[in-house]
Amino acid sequence: MKKYVKGLFFSLVVLMVVIVAGCSNGESADEGDTIKIGSMFELTGSAAAYGTSMNNAVSMAVDEINDAGGIDGRTIEIVEYDTKTDETEAASLTTRLGTRDQVSAIIGPATTGSMQAAIPNANNAEVPIMSPTATDDGVLTADDGSVHPYAWRTSFTNSFQGSALAQFANDELDASKAAILSDNSSDYAIGLTETFTKIFEGDIVAAENFSEGETDFSAVLTNIKDIDFDVLYVPGYYEEAGPIIKQAREMGIEQPILGPDGMGNEILRELAGAENMNEVYYTSHFVVTSEEPEVQEFVNNYQEEFGIEADMFTGLAYDSVYVIKEAIEEAGSADPQAVNEALANVTDFPGITGTFSFDEMHDPIKTVNIIEIQDNEEAGVYAIDPNF
Amino acid sequence: MILMKIFNRTNISWIVLFILTYFVLEGLTWAGIIDPFYEITVVNIFINIILAVGLNLIVGFSGQLALGHAGFMAIGAYATGILLVKMPSGAGLIVSMLVGMLVAGILALIIGIPTLRLKGDYFAIATLGASEIIRIAILNLPDLTNGAVGISGIPLMVDWRFAYFIAALTILVVSNYIRSSPGRATIAVREDEIAAESLSIQTTYYKNLAFLIGAVTAVLAGSIHASYFGVINPGQFTFNKSIDILIIVVFGGIGSVTGSVVAAVVLGIINVYLQQFGALRMIIYALVLIFIMIFRPSGLMGNVEFSLSKLFKRPQDVPGSIENMEQEKGA
Repeated sequence: MKKYVKGLFFSLVVLMVVIVAGCSNGESADEGDTIKIGSMFELTGSAAAYGTSMNNAVSMAVDEINDAGGIDGRTIEIVEYDTKTDETEAASLTTRLGTRDQVSAIIGPATTGSMQAAIPNANNAEVPIMSPTATDDGVLTADDGSVHPYAWRTSFTNSFQGSALAQFANDELDASKAAILSDNSSDYAIGLTETFTKIFEGDIVAAENFSEGETDFSAVLTNIKDIDFDVLYVPGYYEEAGPIIKQAREMGIEQPILGPDGMGNEILRELAGAENMNEVYYTSHFVVTSEEPEVQEFVNNYQEEFGIEADMFTGLAYDSVYVIKEAIEEAGSADPQAVNEALANVTDFPGITGTFSFDEMHDPIKTVNIIEIQDNEEAGVYAIDPNF
Repeated sequence: MILMKIFNRTNISWIVLFILTYFVLEGLTWAGIIDPFYEITVVNIFINIILAVGLNLIVGFSGQLALGHAGFMAIGAYATGILLVKMPSGAGLIVSMLVGMLVAGILALIIGIPTLRLKGDYFAIATLGASEIIRIAILNLPDLTNGAVGISGIPLMVDWRFAYFIAALTILVVSNYIRSSPGRATIAVREDEIAAESLSIQTTYYKNLAFLIGAVTAVLAGSIHASYFGVINPGQFTFNKSIDILIIVVFGGIGSVTGSVVAAVVLGIINVYLQQFGALRMIIYALVLIFIMIFRPSGLMGNVEFSLSKLFKRPQDVPGSIENMEQEKGA
């Protein structure tokens, strides 16, 4: 037994030394023939559906850039990690990418919580971090109200889409009474509910809550079924929004259902059932059916390469790569600080999710699209202007 | 005499080991081998050591399966998160830890006193329920805890040295407890509750004592987590977190403090090493766990304890070692 314990300790020490020796050689970001870009997404865990498709889009964009000759003749190398949808992991990986892998910029993570945990480490490592989909308002803002110097995003914020949805309910749906069915366990839904309530001009006649992971909503739906309302607002992700649409329609609730970008996933249709996908509206960062040739090219290429349809998250991740490419070109260097400074000067960047510039809070200014679903088909797109 | 009792062989061997490890870590940091990235890993390992050693006291030494360790960790994290924002100083950190320990201690007694009287699985379910109640309470007290959004921007007061100190302290407290008279009584309850009771050991008292100490150490881990990473939210303290801690305990060996420490270190290193394999790593990680449990069904260390003195002495010379007890029992 004693020998065994000794042996175990010895092998442990050896293991540690091997690992330390194996990983401790880092190069500077602005040397060599390649430019390193970090990609860290939720490839496993509860947000894996978003993370995986975004990771696909990032690698596709990088392949395209490399096939077209790279950036100033240098090819891009992606350093790819999985955050496991875990905040601690995201924080640790940010430091790993910034200090060990010496990347020029980091793309990801997808969720707001992970981005929040990652930002302090990105600031310490002085490497820009670009989250395609961290939509929560305060994510990029430090406690004193200033912006985190190295944090960026390509998506519009929750308050922005919450107010766009309220505006849409006011103007396009002519709604005067709204029922809200919100997820009180998610920061995402809480923020969306707040801004919707603020901008919506009519009355909120019912406000019910559910929790992430629930599958049976009959109790809350029964509560609002007999109330007179014009629109049902469901700020939540597709996992819960799908069953809600299904159960509401089966219960005979025929009013329009309004939701945020979190509903924009192919799985929504499976969960809700094709026959129930009527009068459903949700915001989209990226209109897959757009006539724009760049968008169609992206959608077709994505379909060809991965065998699944592109969703709006893929578009944002794809744009994130290109906006970083533009910043590197403008800076004339792959040095992380130079890239970070160049990002602030990006104006009218022609992305596939719309043309945008970054404001002083590092948020992109762009149009909010609301997609209308009738008979399980996209029936229309409403563009809500950013300056209302 | 008292000093001699405190500085017995086992304690000295632990302390010598701590000091040596400290200088090794300090040297590695100075040489730049422990860079900011490895520092995060190292602090995570220390947090896991505190959690696993505390849980091992409950599961391994008092023999009560507890499935709610993450709940007590959440109390610590939120105590620090809430108080440290208001008092961003070293004193604030200590105060927040003490407040967390008090809250968690009271809660542990509320759960423990009724359920630890019972035999069977009641305690496992009660702790599971309690940790969910803690999480749901945090979720639904938005004025205090900021609800689902959680608290971000917590002052970063903790470095790896502080985490190391607390981890060392936890190991010392737990390893001394199990060799003390109440600790012996706790182990007796684990071995045979009826026999222990017939020797006039108050079984409920000792089970509660072990549970209380375990719960309080989890608070320390939560506080370090909050003030090192600066971001906490209820989603970090789910049932899965409790299971993660339990995995470390089982993996290291139920009833071995050394095992918990070794398992936390090994799993921490495996996790970092597997990061480069992307999504595949969850499969590899699970496979590693399965294979180790097949080949070492009682965990890495079984219930063997490390001690420097044992390396120089024959086992029967070490008074009060668990191994020695096992031998006596066998004979």
